[in-house]
Amino acid sequence: MISFNQVHKRYPGGYEALKNVSFDIREGEMVFLTGHSGAGKSTLLKLIAAMERSNSGSVLVNSQNVGVLKGGALPYLRRNLGIIFQDHKLLFDRSVFDNVLLPLQICGFDHRESGKRVRAALDKVGLLKREKTNPIALSGGEQQRLCIARAIVNRPAILLADEPTGNLDAAYAQEIMAIFKSFHQVGVTLLISTHDEGVLCDANIRRLALKEGVLQ
Amino acid sequence: MTHIFSMHLGILRAALHRMFVSKLGGLLNILVIGVALSLPAGMYLLLQNVQGLVVQLSGTPQISLFLPMDAKTGDIDALRQQLAAHSAVASSEFVARDRALEQLKQSTGLADVIGGLEKNPLPDAFIVSPKQSNAQALDALRGELAQLPGVEVAQLDSEWAYKLEALLEFGRLAVLILATLLSLALVAVTFNTIRLQILTQRDEIEVSRLIGATDGFIRRPFLYFGALQGLLGGITAWLIVTVSLLLLNRPLAELSQLYASQFTLHPLAFGDSLSLLLFSLYLGWLGAWLSVARHLSQIEPR
Repeated sequence: MISFNQVHKRYPGGYEALKNVSFDIREGEMVFLTGHSGAGKSTLLKLIAAMERSNSGSVLVNSQNVGVLKGGALPYLRRNLGIIFQDHKLLFDRSVFDNVLLPLQICGFDHRESGKRVRAALDKVGLLKREKTNPIALSGGEQQRLCIARAIVNRPAILLADEPTGNLDAAYAQEIMAIFKSFHQVGVTLLISTHDEGVLCDANIRRLALKEGVLQ
Repeated sequence: MTHIFSMHLGILRAALHRMFVSKLGGLLNILVIGVALSLPAGMYLLLQNVQGLVVQLSGTPQISLFLPMDAKTGDIDALRQQLAAHSAVASSEFVARDRALEQLKQSTGLADVIGGLEKNPLPDAFIVSPKQSNAQALDALRGELAQLPGVEVAQLDSEWAYKLEALLEFGRLAVLILATLLSLALVAVTFNTIRLQILTQRDEIEVSRLIGATDGFIRRPFLYFGALQGLLGGITAWLIVTVSLLLLNRPLAELSQLYASQFTLHPLAFGDSLSLLLFSLYLGWLGAWLSVARHLSQIEPR
């Protein structure tokens, strides 16, 4: 599903974020990406969504070489990905409901069908009762869950999460991990980055550990 | 199909909503566009009306041949035959001096003044309708007829109409220049409005890009907004022109009555009104398109 082959990423100014990274993630797999801040976790996720391009090596998503995609093809790649951003990127000029609706509007979904889907996604993360609220009134954990709802409303095959439990207390973090596991059970491919080893109590889950841009 | 239609309708509704959220700003923009467009549109309308007047008054051009005051019946008959035989003359009509005086009395309402004259000051005349009506042929014919024996003066009736026509041509050019300049202003106004909108919606654009929006999807609301603003500006211009016309027509009717004529300004024709609206819509769209092309590429997701 996702395949890195000897990927190098150097930012302008010479900083090397990723060095010779290679790995494969199979369809339906759930994988944790661990490492301290600055280890290159965010860069790796950005390469998958083509928000950054690698300097050498290839990044394949769905056996499509993301590094050579033209601008016009990018939107269609991103529609297959659900991305949960570290800084949430919620829109505060509209309700919780409309935030989750946005991906469906972008794909041109039918009006009635999309209403059902938005409510289903909100129900899954436990925010159905807050649908009319402005996201600015939500707590940190709720904002995180809203971001998850927006990422999954499109039913993407791949879910990328950048530090989803970053600044949440342990109870909230467990709650969010439970949500991810439920996606894993229905066959979604997940790649979750975290610097917090505490949430990884489940030893059965595969980990990719990054240290200073090198896969351990 | 209905689904695509409803999607576009939704974008249009959002654009309208956005326009009226910033009530004052949106209205001011529309007003600026309306005033800017109403100037050339109003001038164009005036020219149209004056031109209509010229056509109405001049009709087909005629040449008047005035005979000497002491012209004899024999001379008149000889001239009539010569005119009938002339290849460039379509028809000619003799107006006797008594009849001319009678007509003058009736048409101008100066009966009292004319009645006080000791003798008829008008000469006998022929009114000649030429076959061709272009300016050069008319001028040549006038010169030729002036040379005929028994003709004292030959006068081209519609000479003033040609002078006015030349003046109108000048006016049309002035309208064109004005319209071009103000169209540029309209495009600039829209360009700037859309630029500000893009800046305030930076977050939305960035997020939309990240979750798979095509450039077309992002561009569309701005283009719709620009086109809509242009159209509303065009409607405003139309209203300004039409209302001004109605206001002007009343005093104008009174004024023209004093000159014993009935001149009123005609409103913009349907085709011209439609052109005005479509043109303003297109200019708004163009301004938005230029702005979007310039500014959207600067917003890349990070």
